[in-house]
Amino acid sequence: MNLILFTFIVLLGFTSYYFGRKKAYTIQSTKKRLTALPQFYGYYLAIWCAIPAFIIFSLWAIFEPTIVKLLVLSDYSNQGYLDDELNLIYEKTKALSRGQFTGEITPFIEASAEKYLSLRSIAQSSKAVIVLSIIIASVAYAYKRISSNSRTREPVEKFLNAVLFTASLAAILTTVGIVFSLIFQTIDFFKVIPLFDFVFGTHWYPAKAFVRDSSEALDPTMYSDTFGAVPIFAGTFFIAFIAMCVAIPIGLMSGIYLAEYASTKVRQYAKPLIEILAGIPTVVYGFFAALTVGPFLKELGTSMGLEVSAESALAAGGVMGIMIIPFISSLSDDVITSVPQSLRDGSYAMGATKSETIKRVVFPAALPGIVGSILLGVSRAIGETMIVVMASGLAANLTFNPLESTSTITAQIVVILIGDQAFGDPKTQAAFALGMSLFLVTLCLNIVALRVVKKYREKYE
Amino acid sequence: MNKNKEQLLNKRYRAERRFRLYGQSAIFMALLFLTIFIFKIFSTGYTAFQKTWLIVPVNFDAEMMMIDQNPSKEDLQDADYYDIALKSMADLDQNANDDQKNQLKRMVSYFFEKEIKNEILNDPSLIGKTKEVYLTASDDLDQVFKGNYPRDLPEDQRRVSDYQLKIFDQLVAKGKVESKFNISFFTYADSREAELAGIASSFMGSIFSILVCLMIAFPVAVLAAIYLEEFAPKNRFTDFIEVNINNLAAVPSIVFGLLGLGVLLAIFHLPRSTPLVGGITLSLMTLPTIIIAARASLKAVPPSIREAALAMGASRMQTTMHHTVPLSMPGTLSGTIIGLAQALGETAPLILIGMVAFVNTIPGSPMDPAASLPVQIYIWAESAERGFVEKVSACIMVLLGFLIIMNLFAQIIRHKFEKKWS
Repeated sequence: MNLILFTFIVLLGFTSYYFGRKKAYTIQSTKKRLTALPQFYGYYLAIWCAIPAFIIFSLWAIFEPTIVKLLVLSDYSNQGYLDDELNLIYEKTKALSRGQFTGEITPFIEASAEKYLSLRSIAQSSKAVIVLSIIIASVAYAYKRISSNSRTREPVEKFLNAVLFTASLAAILTTVGIVFSLIFQTIDFFKVIPLFDFVFGTHWYPAKAFVRDSSEALDPTMYSDTFGAVPIFAGTFFIAFIAMCVAIPIGLMSGIYLAEYASTKVRQYAKPLIEILAGIPTVVYGFFAALTVGPFLKELGTSMGLEVSAESALAAGGVMGIMIIPFISSLSDDVITSVPQSLRDGSYAMGATKSETIKRVVFPAALPGIVGSILLGVSRAIGETMIVVMASGLAANLTFNPLESTSTITAQIVVILIGDQAFGDPKTQAAFALGMSLFLVTLCLNIVALRVVKKYREKYE
Repeated sequence: MNKNKEQLLNKRYRAERRFRLYGQSAIFMALLFLTIFIFKIFSTGYTAFQKTWLIVPVNFDAEMMMIDQNPSKEDLQDADYYDIALKSMADLDQNANDDQKNQLKRMVSYFFEKEIKNEILNDPSLIGKTKEVYLTASDDLDQVFKGNYPRDLPEDQRRVSDYQLKIFDQLVAKGKVESKFNISFFTYADSREAELAGIASSFMGSIFSILVCLMIAFPVAVLAAIYLEEFAPKNRFTDFIEVNINNLAAVPSIVFGLLGLGVLLAIFHLPRSTPLVGGITLSLMTLPTIIIAARASLKAVPPSIREAALAMGASRMQTTMHHTVPLSMPGTLSGTIIGLAQALGETAPLILIGMVAFVNTIPGSPMDPAASLPVQIYIWAESAERGFVEKVSACIMVLLGFLIIMNLFAQIIRHKFEKKWS
């Protein structure tokens, strides 16, 4: 039904376009001067035909279920049911009306199922009638405007401008959505777990917080010593640190080599090849770390008499470092090439060798940009999920031994949220609280990094 | 004194050479990682494109199938194939005891009944005759035949018994084991049994998610880019939008998963585990990438084009829609494809919105539960069976293949259609 109505509106929109354009030609044939190109008459009519109808249509689709529910449940309003019970009754009613209800059919529910069906059919037909009358009214209005040859280009362009503006709001909406989805769960979480325990607690065992029975009273002591995020934060920064130990030297040196030493031919091939590393999906790195690097390090460690966990922080961090190499090398390459040649020439003129020039002149000049690229790399390392989920441990150990396993914010979010989630359970909320802290940390890093890079660019451009 | 100077100079030259060497070795290391990586994936994965079949004589005995001599199509559909299937496997060794018969049965996949059934449905005249039928070997024997299985382990540490290996070796010696191209890897859905697991369901899941992502992200991003580049007044608010876009591009993907879970599933009650929700989540993630690419290519259109159009009396909207936007399309499209390639490889957000559920049917629409290729890699990588290792690598190869094709496509569009202004 909705689909038919939808197609109908779209078809009407197209027809009114041709209709409007035809009207413009008729006006033209009476030797009157048109106020805009003929197709604007068509657009004008089509917009007036389709847009009001679509607005009504979508508003209806949003509010219809709520209103129908209210009307059906109004029969039960004075009988002292709880909200949950009312919801259950409504679900039963809907199931019965679809013929999928298995269970005892009480006359009450049967009556409300009938009411539900009749309300739905009333709603459907009145929707069709209202949408059609809106179309007729707005098309009539627009047609009158066209016939009197009033302006059409300006309103059409204004409308398009509004559409463009709305689209540009998508980015803000996404950010709002992120904050919105995180903040409520996080606040609920901190109602149960004190912020202090979360930030300074050193034990993280979310599995201990089993799903609570809703009738049971909330007992915060049950969760004490369960959601201390210190091991998680420590693990996250530790693995990111290992990753940067791999990525910074290799990435920076290849960036410098590509920018200063490499011939155009080497550059032409090496740069895209290194950038392939950035295009490989992280789940592939995770598989590589878990299946190849982890066992390899374990064997290597055993042969040297060391005890290495198969899910060591070293394996996850090392592979993550490989993933980050191209981010650092590309960005620092860009930054170094944008250092003005005059600085280098000055240094050569004083008799410095190439490496001395790079170390003492180019590098300090490019430092802000390089720091920015490293910060972006750190932010990526902290937010990286799949490598850690697959290659590092899932139990949160507070350790700084790279050969033991440890866990990160992202890995814990996945562990908690994989499978079924019960909203309103502290364990689920804990994942959102972790997500919130992840979002805030990476946001700060990104803002600082983008600032630094932008400042640097302005300096030399 | 002079000698000292020379020494100093030599030292400086040595430092120069060392520094150069550091640079070269850094490049070498990065490329070495890439090579090891690709080599490892290909060397473990290529065997998955072959599948091992046992050729077993099957006697289509009408009595055992509980049908008469001239059965109708329906009779054949409903006939009992389990007994003849069991008997044909047991017949491989005439003097097998009950336990050994059971082991013989487990040499093939549990699909063997159906494979025998298909044989007779294709050719009903087989009733009463004996024919050699290709049966899918169990994943362990598949690995044995490909040489990936450690046969020298003690018997109690492997899932293939000595007896099964003996019979299998006899079959190999008789040439009754064959390796053929593994079509079922591409046509079957996921399965708990490695020999029957395929990528069809996750492949369709990926396609649907990417389509949903494209349909949402592309129009919104292009419109937003047009507004920001061509129409937006320079003020605080548009600056704020810009900062937002740049930050969103660097937000960890898992946060988008939380957004999908907390808003799309919990508030809008969209169906869980579906490519619809996955696609919407991915579209929010690719939005900034496409906006940035589209803005860059709009910026690359020289102002002279706009000025010429305006001089001819076109309105700003007409100038933009008829001249600037079409000229910027190649850059925008290649940026879109690169954004979609990123989305195709994304795993974490899809796991959070439940696309990791075990799905053994091939989804027919974006509203059906499904996995996606990267999630399939994750699921298989987490399962313990040896047979899945090569499947993971093969799945990675398919995924990488798609990413390479998409990136090549983006390159081609950029080089072929983009106008060079000079």
